[in-house]
Amino acid sequence: MRDVAIIGIGMTDFGELWTESLRDLFVKAALEAMDDAGVDHIDSMYVGSMSSGLFTGQEHIGSLLAAYLGQAPIPATRVETACASGGAALRCGYLEVASGASDIVLCGGVEKMTDVSGGRCTYALATASDQDYEAFHGVTFPGLYAMIAVAHMAKYGTKREDLAHVAVKNHDNGFLNPHAQYRMKITVEDVLNSVKVADPLNILDCSPVTDGAAAAIVCPADMARKIARKAPVKILASAQATDTIALHEREDITWNNATAAAAEKAYKQAGLSPQDICFAEVHDCFTIAEICVLEALGVVEKGKGGEASRSGMTARDGKFPVNPSGGLKSKGHPVGATGIAQIHEIVTQLRGEAGERQLSDARRGLAQNMGGSGGSAVVHIMEVLS
Amino acid sequence: MITPPLVRRNTPQRYRMEAYQCTKCGKIFFPGRLVCDRCKHREFEMVTLPEEGKVITHTVIRTPPTGFSDLSPYCVGIVEMANGVRILCQIADCEPETLAVGLPVTLEFRRVQEDGESGVLAYGYKAVPAR
Repeated sequence: MRDVAIIGIGMTDFGELWTESLRDLFVKAALEAMDDAGVDHIDSMYVGSMSSGLFTGQEHIGSLLAAYLGQAPIPATRVETACASGGAALRCGYLEVASGASDIVLCGGVEKMTDVSGGRCTYALATASDQDYEAFHGVTFPGLYAMIAVAHMAKYGTKREDLAHVAVKNHDNGFLNPHAQYRMKITVEDVLNSVKVADPLNILDCSPVTDGAAAAIVCPADMARKIARKAPVKILASAQATDTIALHEREDITWNNATAAAAEKAYKQAGLSPQDICFAEVHDCFTIAEICVLEALGVVEKGKGGEASRSGMTARDGKFPVNPSGGLKSKGHPVGATGIAQIHEIVTQLRGEAGERQLSDARRGLAQNMGGSGGSAVVHIMEVLS
Repeated sequence: MITPPLVRRNTPQRYRMEAYQCTKCGKIFFPGRLVCDRCKHREFEMVTLPEEGKVITHTVIRTPPTGFSDLSPYCVGIVEMANGVRILCQIADCEPETLAVGLPVTLEFRRVQEDGESGVLAYGYKAVPAR
């Protein structure tokens, strides 16, 4: 297996982009990544998209997007692992380059979510749950994560305010991110008083509905040293894992086993432990998710995730900054693009290009991308190529 | 999605609460499956789920997906049945304030959501607080 590095990144602004199509969003992000890398040709392409069919009526987007990017006849494949599709697309590109099959691969993600009504959008997202045994009964994604929150509160004494602190912290970060959908600071009271969605989660506990795309260019590390225009970023580990997609089939509803299994593999691959990581971008689709993910990554002990944001540990100036980009909560969550947007932030921080939100110690970063209520998880660990 | 073949296929689970027990290790699956995830055995016998259980976690859905707007807001929970099998379903005839972890419930046969485009009624199970 060859070492693999990221040499280019690009992303669109995230938001309700009513005048922009799925294809234009993707091509914008992809061209920016190719320009950033200084390449005008790619050998192959993977596109993460959760449900272009239900959101826009368009399937078969691998070929569509390769052609609109002016890169046909390269092979292009859509990758789907629900909300972890972007992370999985990077992993596909990583494996293709590591294997020696291709040299320059574009790994992108896109979701165009605002062409449909709120009910249709909720339905499309709910297809990432067990259709016959969860969605049939009318449970939504906020509902599933709400049940994780209730179970976490009952088991570990996590408080409603602990959840709110996650949103407050992520909005503090997103406030400084020019690509973010909701660039505003909020308070714990704002979260607690916002509209109820699925008790105990309110609207400010939930990541928004978003249009957007992101892309990254990967190539062999040896080639990166020769052709990269900016500091190449080495992928130290790329790992993926699964769990039951139905929440009720899991032994411990509060434990994200797919994330724990992917993280364990990633740490082993990189020869590192959680203490060796400087910062992380994690999948905070709902406030409770960030709490559970920090536990599964081994950043905090089981049951202690609620303290992490409240204590300031995960703030930009804390011991272990989490979601310096603003996370899904503030930056936005165009489902298939999210995993690559996390990579965009890690590379930006590692390069020291994050401007006002630049972390003081960003030598090594971890990205955790998750599908559904935790049925899929992808973990990447990266540092600047030496 | 509520279509005649789908309703017909799910009738044993949704109408009769049929579960399947591994004949080797005894683990019970609802719905049934072809291979046991614990011992990898491939033979099962049908058992009916008990009607009694308790709520182990819960929520109140206030922004419903299509097909559920006439019910909103409604309670949903994960229920552990008396034999240890867990299911997810709506908790009907229950005020949100009275929802609690540990609440004893029984299963009833109810209409679960609005009719699908093909006009088939979406019947199935819901939990109600034990009386």
